Amino acid sequence: MSTARFRQSRPMQSVGRGSGEQRATEMSDANEKMRAEGLRLYFGKFAAIKGVTLPIVAEKVTAIIGPSGCGKSTFIRSLNRMHELVPGANIEGRVLLDGADIYAPGMDPVRLRRRVGMVFQKPNPFPTMSIRENVLAGLRLNRIPFGDAHDVAERVLKKVALWDEVKDVLDRSGASLSGGQQQRLCIARAIALEPEVLLMDEPCSALDPIATAKVEELIHELADRYTIAIVTHSMQQAARVSDYTAFFYLGELVEYSDTNSLFTKPNDSRTEDYITGRFG
Amino acid sequence: MKKHTDREYEMELEQLREHLLLMGAKVEEMIKSSIRALIARDSVLAQRMIEFDHQINRLEVDTDEHCLRVLAKRQPVASDLRFITMALKLVTDLERIGDIGVNICERVLELNEEPPLGKTDASIQVMAEAAEGMVHDALDAFVQGDVERAQQVIARDKIVNDMYTQMFRALLTYMMEDPRNIYRATRVQSIGKYLERIGDHATNLAEMVVFMVKGKDIRHPASREGAAKSTRS
Repeated sequence: MSTARFRQSRPMQSVGRGSGEQRATEMSDANEKMRAEGLRLYFGKFAAIKGVTLPIVAEKVTAIIGPSGCGKSTFIRSLNRMHELVPGANIEGRVLLDGADIYAPGMDPVRLRRRVGMVFQKPNPFPTMSIRENVLAGLRLNRIPFGDAHDVAERVLKKVALWDEVKDVLDRSGASLSGGQQQRLCIARAIALEPEVLLMDEPCSALDPIATAKVEELIHELADRYTIAIVTHSMQQAARVSDYTAFFYLGELVEYSDTNSLFTKPNDSRTEDYITGRFG
Repeated sequence: MKKHTDREYEMELEQLREHLLLMGAKVEEMIKSSIRALIARDSVLAQRMIEFDHQINRLEVDTDEHCLRVLAKRQPVASDLRFITMALKLVTDLERIGDIGVNICERVLELNEEPPLGKTDASIQVMAEAAEGMVHDALDAFVQGDVERAQQVIARDKIVNDMYTQMFRALLTYMMEDPRNIYRATRVQSIGKYLERIGDHATNLAEMVVFMVKGKDIRHPASREGAAKSTRS
């Protein structure tokens, strides 16, 4: 692909220095599925996120990177209203899903979480349930009619490329699988609900390199149908799987850019220092 | 720029910088000595410089290996990535300049078997100084990350090209005057062409410096404009 063509196809320019809030208008032309606007997240009086404006582009992968304590996990947990479950948590600003504020009165968090699913760091299949029942758990808990259990399990497990490995042991406990398989089972459980957005909080940090590669391959495939936001400690992983990357530092959005630009020519010296390993 | 948290990594990049500077110094020596061999009609020096080229070749291989090791071990990004990938390209141009030095020395050996040809030496010396100056300044710009200096090098390529055109005309006159001059004049013309090529390689080096520092590719602006137009249409 020529450089010129690539530049034309980029839906937005990189966003250099400055707070997310100031940059809100510059980033508004893309096809946004979600958008944080002037978002501030508190634990008691401590501000973990200090005014972030960030788009999550539809059917693309957005990676959020930054050192420990930069607020990236807190941020992603606010995108499906999990931050408020922490005692003392407080939220200012807005988070839009298809233009509607998810924190508006009358927005049901349970229904929201069906549209915006989450996969966690540590694979957490329900240990007392079989593999098949793990896939169906979300549907049953939400009382969503789904037809034939076996057909649904097969369809969803095929989507996460786990079907061939588990088709003969569907009645075994989810905990009997390897770590990588468990994580793909958790992704299956999340996408069984047909969410529109999938949030992933360090989904590979407990996995070995091969299981990591399988999950990353899956992320590529899922991005055709789902909007994905992934928090990762691995910069190489962000570079490999994402279309856009946001760098958070001390609760602020330092830089948001298309991933190719951010990892070859970052605009902000703090991003440069962090991704090249010149921090601290 | 701040240093890497990982000091081993920092040292690997420092070693790479030293490799490149050493190679650059040897290449400059090659150009200077090959022209000195021409002016002084010193066949011994010319022969010595032909052998000297092995050192430059060796450094190219070592630097390439060093770059590959760092790429494999560190997965560098941003300015580090630009530095290492440019180093891989820089050494290719430097090695080519070394080869051109050998070509000059080969022509010197041939010319030294013949009587001198008119007043060609003076113009070759001026041209050699201009070309060698471009290589020197491109390497300085590289060490200091000096984009302005690199851009001056690029601008100077035209001067060297013009010198070659002028020299070529003068040599044509010699050849037309007396066919017995042809053998020597074509050798001198080759040396002029070699020096003009050194200017082109120095321009490449300078363009790499600009990319390394600014992350902006300034090569082939005309072709790039054409590509952009065809994408838009």
